[in-house]
Amino acid sequence: MIQAIAFYLFAIVVIAAAAMTISARNPVHSVLWLILAFFNAAGLMVLMGAEFIAMLLVIVYVGAVAVLFLFVVMMLDIDFAEFRAGFVRYLPVGLALAVLLVVEIIFYGFAVWQTDSLQLARRVAPTPESVPNIQAIGDLLYTRYLFVFEGAGLVLLVAMIGAIVLTQRQRGGTRPQNIARQNARRPWEAIRKVQPPVGQGVEL
Amino acid sequence: MSYATMLTIALPEIVLSLGALALMLAAAWGGQAAARPVCWAALVVLIGAGIALAGPSSSGVEAFYGLYRADAFSAYSKVLIYAAAGIAILMAPRFFERTGGDNLRPEYPVLILLAAVGMGMMVSAGDLLSLYVGLELQNLAHYVLASFMRRDTRSAEAGLKYFVLSSLASGILLYGISLIYGFSGTTGFDGIADAFATANSTGLTFGLVFVLVGLAFKIAAVPFHMWTPDVYEGAPTPVTAYFASAPKVAAMALIVRVAVEAMGPVTIEWRQIVIFASLASIFFGSVAAINQKSIKRLLAYSSINNIGFALVGLAAGTPEGVSSVLVYMTVYIVMTLGSFMVVIRMRDEEGRQIETIASLSGMSKTRPGLALAFMAFMFSLAGIPPLFGFYPKLAVFNAAVAAGLFPLAVLAVVGSVIGAYYYIRIVKTMYFDDPAPAFAVSGSTVENGLIAATAIAISPVAYLAIPALTGWSMAAAQALF
Repeated sequence: MIQAIAFYLFAIVVIAAAAMTISARNPVHSVLWLILAFFNAAGLMVLMGAEFIAMLLVIVYVGAVAVLFLFVVMMLDIDFAEFRAGFVRYLPVGLALAVLLVVEIIFYGFAVWQTDSLQLARRVAPTPESVPNIQAIGDLLYTRYLFVFEGAGLVLLVAMIGAIVLTQRQRGGTRPQNIARQNARRPWEAIRKVQPPVGQGVEL
Repeated sequence: MSYATMLTIALPEIVLSLGALALMLAAAWGGQAAARPVCWAALVVLIGAGIALAGPSSSGVEAFYGLYRADAFSAYSKVLIYAAAGIAILMAPRFFERTGGDNLRPEYPVLILLAAVGMGMMVSAGDLLSLYVGLELQNLAHYVLASFMRRDTRSAEAGLKYFVLSSLASGILLYGISLIYGFSGTTGFDGIADAFATANSTGLTFGLVFVLVGLAFKIAAVPFHMWTPDVYEGAPTPVTAYFASAPKVAAMALIVRVAVEAMGPVTIEWRQIVIFASLASIFFGSVAAINQKSIKRLLAYSSINNIGFALVGLAAGTPEGVSSVLVYMTVYIVMTLGSFMVVIRMRDEEGRQIETIASLSGMSKTRPGLALAFMAFMFSLAGIPPLFGFYPKLAVFNAAVAAGLFPLAVLAVVGSVIGAYYYIRIVKTMYFDDPAPAFAVSGSTVENGLIAATAIAISPVAYLAIPALTGWSMAAAQALF
């Protein structure tokens, strides 16, 4: 009973927040609505017994991704009125995509309906009964799927190398601090005593 | 199986990854000056990985719980991939010397090594997960390589275009993978084959179509070829040569493995898709190339055309067919790398790269040796005997006929006749047109040696190698069935 109430509460708030995300006029408000949607999605995950994914949603999406969005929205000078200008023009395409997605959801719904014990039995990693799912994921990730886990690590490394290769350049005319040179400097290199005669200026 | 055993089975990938990491450190501390030593060290690493293939890595075992297959098929493909990657590294230093500001940076060989790890994962994949991670690893390195010349806007455009379109294709592929997982309950190739055989459904067929579409994009088969000419034209020439060789072999081997191992029970279903992509690539690749002005674009269409012929062998779906695909890819990368090495030599007096076909006019008088080699590559790509490019075409047609696909073989022969036109037109430009300004004399002994070696490898002498070539490729193909 209480689960059902919680489910409908979370589900309604997720959908409402998602609708507000795309309809809010102010992009900062959009991001805040998005954060609300993430929180409630995490609630749905907890209800399904996937507490690890729920925590991941809060930590990664709310904690990092959404805040990053907020920074981007606030720091970049984007003309949102210009963005909206194309709305009517692209509406047919958008609607077609939306219809396509709805059809896919229905298709998936039928698929889940028809899934029989045969397919469930073939699963390489059935849902464990007795261990908490953080432990279950850890067990699989570092044993059975170690190969792809390391592969994913290399993918991230390549992404990092790529970003540096494509953007880093030697800038001319910058004045970086050289601490060794600063320490090695002596007063007589920096100070000059002059005694200017009266009525004449100082030559620097 | 203990982890130590698994690691020895995946030794080529481990050698490449550790080598790449060590060279990355060398590059980070050595800076610009380390570029050439890192290139040579990367070659040594590639050779080391090739030697590591001789051990348990080609013995037909599985490692990492079915995620990684170490059979003769993967070993054969990896030899081709490592060789092509090595040549791409060899071509680079001289090219970047003359780009005017865009120096060769030591990250170039490191990225190629990491891409080679990804390609190795692709051809050894026994599971949709390792397939996808390998594919993304090589893709990500390729985006960076395509836009490696940062001062050249065309290079940046090539990288961006490649990135956007390739991401779209990855999305389509992932969608197919999710459908297949949903309807079969597993991502392992054996389990998927089992599901296709016992409980085939519409959902699985949908998944099959999407997976094949995603992979067809990676081999640039028509109708998923749009990115190829632009990316090939914009990327630095050594990178283009590399794109046209190693990743093509990897993606082709991957599509063959997925089709045969995971979708073997429904050969009837994927055969129609492969036949369509094959004929469309052959005809589109031939017709669209006719009007090209840039030699790099022409070679891009040529690669689309050639992939079509390789798919003819896959459409047969038999061990002979798979073996003919491997032979085709072997000869194809030799011809393509040779052609691109000639293209790299096309420079004016100031060392600027020229890419127009018109500038080849009368090259037989100004640079007879180079013209002779280029003529050999063009005739060979057209599949004209007695050059060796004829033999793989014969092999794929034979396999298709043996599988009862007469119409496909006949149409493919017709397509190859159309394709011959634009290859021969280049030979005509070189030999019978009035000389254009001669190219600057450039190139090192390494480049000369590579052009000569590839030209000899496709000359009639190569017919002596047919027994060995068919023996190896047949052993590799048998590993899949």
